[in-house]
Amino acid sequence: MDIRDLWAEALAGVLARPVRSALTTLGTVLGITTLVITLGVAATAGNQIVGRFDELTATAITVEVPAGPGGPLVGWDSPAEVRRLRGVTSVSALAQTEESSNLRVTANDLVDPTRVTGQTLAVVAGDPELPRAARGRMVEGRFFDAGHVRRGDRVVVLGDQAARMLGVTRLTGAPAVFIEDRAYTVIGVLGGLGREQVLSTAVIVPPTTGVGLGLRNVTRVLVNTSLGAADLIARQAPVALSPNHHDELQVISPPTPKRARDGVQDDVNGLFPILGLVSLVVGAVGIANVTLVTVMERVSEIGLRRSLGAARRHIAAQFLLESTLIGMTGGVIGAGAGLVSVVAVSAAQRWTPVLDARLALAAPVAGALVGLLAGLYPALRAARMEPADALR
Amino acid sequence: MPDVIVLDAVSRVFPTDPPVRALRDIGLRVRRGDYVAIVGPSGSGKSTLLNTLGLLDRPTSGSYLLNGTETTVLGDGARTRLRGREIGFVYQSFHLLPHRTVAENVMLAEVYGGHPRRHRRRRALEALELVGMSHRVDFPPGRLSGGERQRVAIARALMGEPALLLCDEPTGNLDSGNTEAVLDLFDGLHAHGLTLLVITHEDEVSARAGRRVRISDGVLTEE
Repeated sequence: MDIRDLWAEALAGVLARPVRSALTTLGTVLGITTLVITLGVAATAGNQIVGRFDELTATAITVEVPAGPGGPLVGWDSPAEVRRLRGVTSVSALAQTEESSNLRVTANDLVDPTRVTGQTLAVVAGDPELPRAARGRMVEGRFFDAGHVRRGDRVVVLGDQAARMLGVTRLTGAPAVFIEDRAYTVIGVLGGLGREQVLSTAVIVPPTTGVGLGLRNVTRVLVNTSLGAADLIARQAPVALSPNHHDELQVISPPTPKRARDGVQDDVNGLFPILGLVSLVVGAVGIANVTLVTVMERVSEIGLRRSLGAARRHIAAQFLLESTLIGMTGGVIGAGAGLVSVVAVSAAQRWTPVLDARLALAAPVAGALVGLLAGLYPALRAARMEPADALR
Repeated sequence: MPDVIVLDAVSRVFPTDPPVRALRDIGLRVRRGDYVAIVGPSGSGKSTLLNTLGLLDRPTSGSYLLNGTETTVLGDGARTRLRGREIGFVYQSFHLLPHRTVAENVMLAEVYGGHPRRHRRRRALEALELVGMSHRVDFPPGRLSGGERQRVAIARALMGEPALLLCDEPTGNLDSGNTEAVLDLFDGLHAHGLTLLVITHEDEVSARAGRRVRISDGVLTEE
């Protein structure tokens, strides 16, 4: 039997009773629609939540270092220990105290009564890794390096806001700023900060230079991790920074996005997939039922086909294909209705609909599978009929 | 050329309690081009004989050669293929599919058994022309008269050029006018050399056949 003939016979069989076929697809339509809505809305809602935990915050860890009673808990060389951890992309240590947060900084020592040249700015000590760890970039000039730190040079890097407030726009001619009436050379302007925004209004000095301004001890460590490593690093970093006092350090790490998403999906996924599966089973039973009735109605047709030379497998194949077609039609309609519903729900919630394209393709296949399974028994009944009995 | 049908000592016993012997040691030889009528009252074994001849039922014992092929040793699949190839069936109730056109019903005869799809419709139209139904090609069977339906069924049986046309009470549902038309058609097909075997209980039908065989209580007698 030519496969095109089989196809044509099955199609004609389905279309011979269009209303019945349409009603038979309903169960599958409902089931597939429910499943597509469930999965689609879950994916959409899940991605809305996850959207808030963007890569920036999901990989940023801050370790706050309290002032220890017997000396510093974290030394300026401790970040190197954290940098060795797998999954860490950059680390930097900062020092900032109450006193250093409100220091008078001026761009020159002229007293100009018409202009306010002095600003109260925060002075922060940081190591040369700071631009990377704060995810900033040098707008002007350069950041200080290990050499500056070793020599204790009186150099500063200004945050971009601080530079604007002080009127430092370019670095030609090596401008200086005065912190508490002592001059420091400005060698760079740091801007575009991805985190630790407070630095944009700060004056950053090397740690060795900061000692003179009361910035002796590390008060904060910025750690950046690769995506997904934040959880692990948040546990490991305190130990690496201060093996003896790790429990005194305060770690601020991002919430785990996975848990947030799971929470949403649990709510949506609890009941609806079960409903969808139940409707699918009901749909399958419906198809099986109607196909069985159809087989009984078409006994003489089966007899005729057998007398025209149809083998049992031809009869079985035709009825299987008919029920599969009905199931697949239900799957296609259900997928369409489900997609439209997901988009409608998203529009109502002002969400961006997120749908797996594979879901749209899998739905008709699932429908066809339901139809195929539902058609097994009726097709077997049809194939088993004795042609002599069928023609009576 | 072998004879179309050779039955030798064919018996069919239904294993009921007590067993029913529907066919008893039947012998029958139908040559190519024969027009044979099998007559008998209901319950005489007519249907069992028809089913046996049509390869729809197996004899309990004996031998049945269809167009030179021993059928009693064949498996289900081989019997199905042989049936589709060698036998055209004509039924009392026509067995036309109500949702398909006349042409599609005739073309159904070539769906099974590896016939080419090319020119299938043309062959169906030729068969319909042979039975004088060219003017109803795209009608649904429901809009045809009984006689017209039977002619469509005959056209379907003629597709694939069977060795034997097996007719089961072909005029049972027809009035006398339509009966006459169908019998005239049989005469014409017989004249073209087709082998016809008609099972009937109507004398009018059997009178047109060249040969009459009577079956009674499972026993066949030539008249």
